[in-house]
Amino acid sequence: MTLGSVPLRYKVSIDRDQCMQCMRCVDNCSYGVYRVEGDNILIDSRKCTACHRCISMCPRDAIILQERPVDYRSHPLWTAQTREDIINQARTGKILLAGMGNALEYPIIFDRLVLDACQVTNPSIDPLREPMELRTYIGKKPARLEFRKNDQGDVELATELAPNLKLETPIMIGHMSYGAISLNTQLSLAKAVKAMGTFMGTGEGGMHKSLHPYQDHTIVQVASGRFGVDIDYLERGAAIEIKIGQGAKPGIGGHLPGEKVCVDVSCTRMIPLGSDAISPAPHHDIYSIEDLAQLVRSLKEATEWKKPVFVKIAAVHNVAAIAAGIARSSADAVVIDGFRGGTGAAPKVFRDNVGIPIEAAIAAVDQKLNDQGIRNEVSIIASGGIRNSADLAKSIALGADAVYIGTAALIALGCRVCGNCYRGLCPWGIATQRQDLVERIDPDIGAKNVANLIHAWTLELSELMGAAGLNSIESLRGNRDRLRGYMLDEGLMKVLNVKPVGA
Amino acid sequence: MEKIIIDAKGMHYTPLNRQIRQAVAAGIKEIEIKNVLGQRFIANGLRGDVKITIYGIPGGDLCMFMNGPECTVYGDCEHAPGNTMDGGMIIVHGSAGDAVAHSMRGGKVYIRDNIGYRGGIHMKEYESKKPILVIGGSCHAFLGEYMAGGLILVLGIGLQSPINDRGIGSGIHGGEIIIRGNVDDRLLGIGSRKVEFNENDLRRISPLIEDFCSKFNIDPNPLMDTNYTHIVPSSSRPFADKYTWE
Repeated sequence: MTLGSVPLRYKVSIDRDQCMQCMRCVDNCSYGVYRVEGDNILIDSRKCTACHRCISMCPRDAIILQERPVDYRSHPLWTAQTREDIINQARTGKILLAGMGNALEYPIIFDRLVLDACQVTNPSIDPLREPMELRTYIGKKPARLEFRKNDQGDVELATELAPNLKLETPIMIGHMSYGAISLNTQLSLAKAVKAMGTFMGTGEGGMHKSLHPYQDHTIVQVASGRFGVDIDYLERGAAIEIKIGQGAKPGIGGHLPGEKVCVDVSCTRMIPLGSDAISPAPHHDIYSIEDLAQLVRSLKEATEWKKPVFVKIAAVHNVAAIAAGIARSSADAVVIDGFRGGTGAAPKVFRDNVGIPIEAAIAAVDQKLNDQGIRNEVSIIASGGIRNSADLAKSIALGADAVYIGTAALIALGCRVCGNCYRGLCPWGIATQRQDLVERIDPDIGAKNVANLIHAWTLELSELMGAAGLNSIESLRGNRDRLRGYMLDEGLMKVLNVKPVGA
Repeated sequence: MEKIIIDAKGMHYTPLNRQIRQAVAAGIKEIEIKNVLGQRFIANGLRGDVKITIYGIPGGDLCMFMNGPECTVYGDCEHAPGNTMDGGMIIVHGSAGDAVAHSMRGGKVYIRDNIGYRGGIHMKEYESKKPILVIGGSCHAFLGEYMAGGLILVLGIGLQSPINDRGIGSGIHGGEIIIRGNVDDRLLGIGSRKVEFNENDLRRISPLIEDFCSKFNIDPNPLMDTNYTHIVPSSSRPFADKYTWE
């Protein structure tokens, strides 16, 4: 073949003075980088994905990993990745698939927004001393309340309230399906959200029976493939989410390859063993905003109007107008997934080029709903690249009610963002169905790690709010006056409705 | 009390469904609903072994998520009867709109006359659950698109050619579509192919034809030959060759 091989992506070496030949690297690597010959550990660097499993398990810090050990002639346009993609497609003639979220270096708006704090004129609040109200209700809020007097002369509420989810902290875990991730991963997340008084999404793919004890903390998903969806599943969830789109691949469907459809996945999704699970691009019973309203109401009718129904869309150019349509469909919350949202596998061209950043989408949607006087009709849940409590606080200040985290929760379980989720060999036991790998996650320990992360962010959020003189999350929500844009252009600041630093 | 009659005239679908649920909970085995005019979601998510008879025109998503009941409609149906249905039966003495039996995973849907576009789209089967959609007349484009399991049978009763619209079984990766008479190759969607329809197939589907005909008082005998087109997936992994990894 005239194209030959491309240079090594990663170079792995072992500091032989440090190595004590414990073989943990050999045992832990599911990609086959290491093998033993006689007394020697041999290395095949080409198989390395930089998942760091071996490095994290090495008791002597003897493993060294170097990214791109072979230089290309540097060029700002024709990057190594660009060249290698062309070589790959010249060989195969196929669509490039890649794992994890958007990998292009777009500017990060979150990092160009700064938060406010109190000095002198109004005192900050000490969260150690004062209660900080972080409890968040997701769902419709009445436009007005009506009261009546009962026989005893007491006043009681006459307005019928729509069902809401009660969150102790405005952090939920987004939808990652069983099939895409392992059962022990889902169990870890489920135990964590239960402990923290929040919720997780089941993803499209049904609910494994091991998750039933945590069902009151789950949001069940209805996506275009309708996998695992029956009345029993709908009734189990605390809320139901219709997935229209995903930030990592707006406008296209999903596709779980047959290799990942093992016995348990097959039974949870209710499809034959080893067959591809194909979710079409649109829901074929939703071809218009009227059809969406019909599905929202159908789900509510099937569950006797007891559960909130969310609609998840990818953040795209007209996200605000679309969200306004969703707000009028009887939906209780709109989930907006920004173009940095994670995925197990997506066509690279979509992952890196389609959609808009979550920061702009939150601001545009919140503004549009406010302008139309229907902000109370739906809650806004933001997702797609929320990395820390600062992103969380900024999302809420831009107008979100709560966020979904995905990748961050997986990193709390060991994920090192190597982006090889689609291979089904995840050495951390996350994106795999291979039993020996899945067992690397102990759901009790995993749950503790994820709960720790949520707890830590919650503490930081309280501190940030206290510093800004706010003692309730409602006072932060949509409070763009507590944000300033730093090195953002005027057009974007207008969309975000924030002032520049110093103003 | 074994049977009740509900007059749905001017009634919203939510109180109508509430009455149906209460009746089923009270052990009623037969429910007759009169003057139905566009109420959506009738028998939505309903379980049990009740028989429901509807007089009039039900609105969209009739029997969506339903598991168990048998629902007979004397009239036409709107959009997506049997949507994501799990078990039970729908018998329509008339025609139905688009996306009939969409994503259905179990049970049967019989439509005496015609249906619109995307009939039986993404139907799927699992173990003992095999959804069946039978259409007495004809249908429009994208019949059985993305089909992952189950059976669609189009009988084209009284028609020269039962289907004249395109995209039959596009993206099909499980299940089968059987259409009376000959179907032009150009009407087949990507991923579907024709195979021979033989005596064994006829033996397999003849109880279904007889059952369908008995519901509508149709003579099944003229339909009992091998003059059918049998359409199946060309692969259970239609998109496996489309992608390469980074």
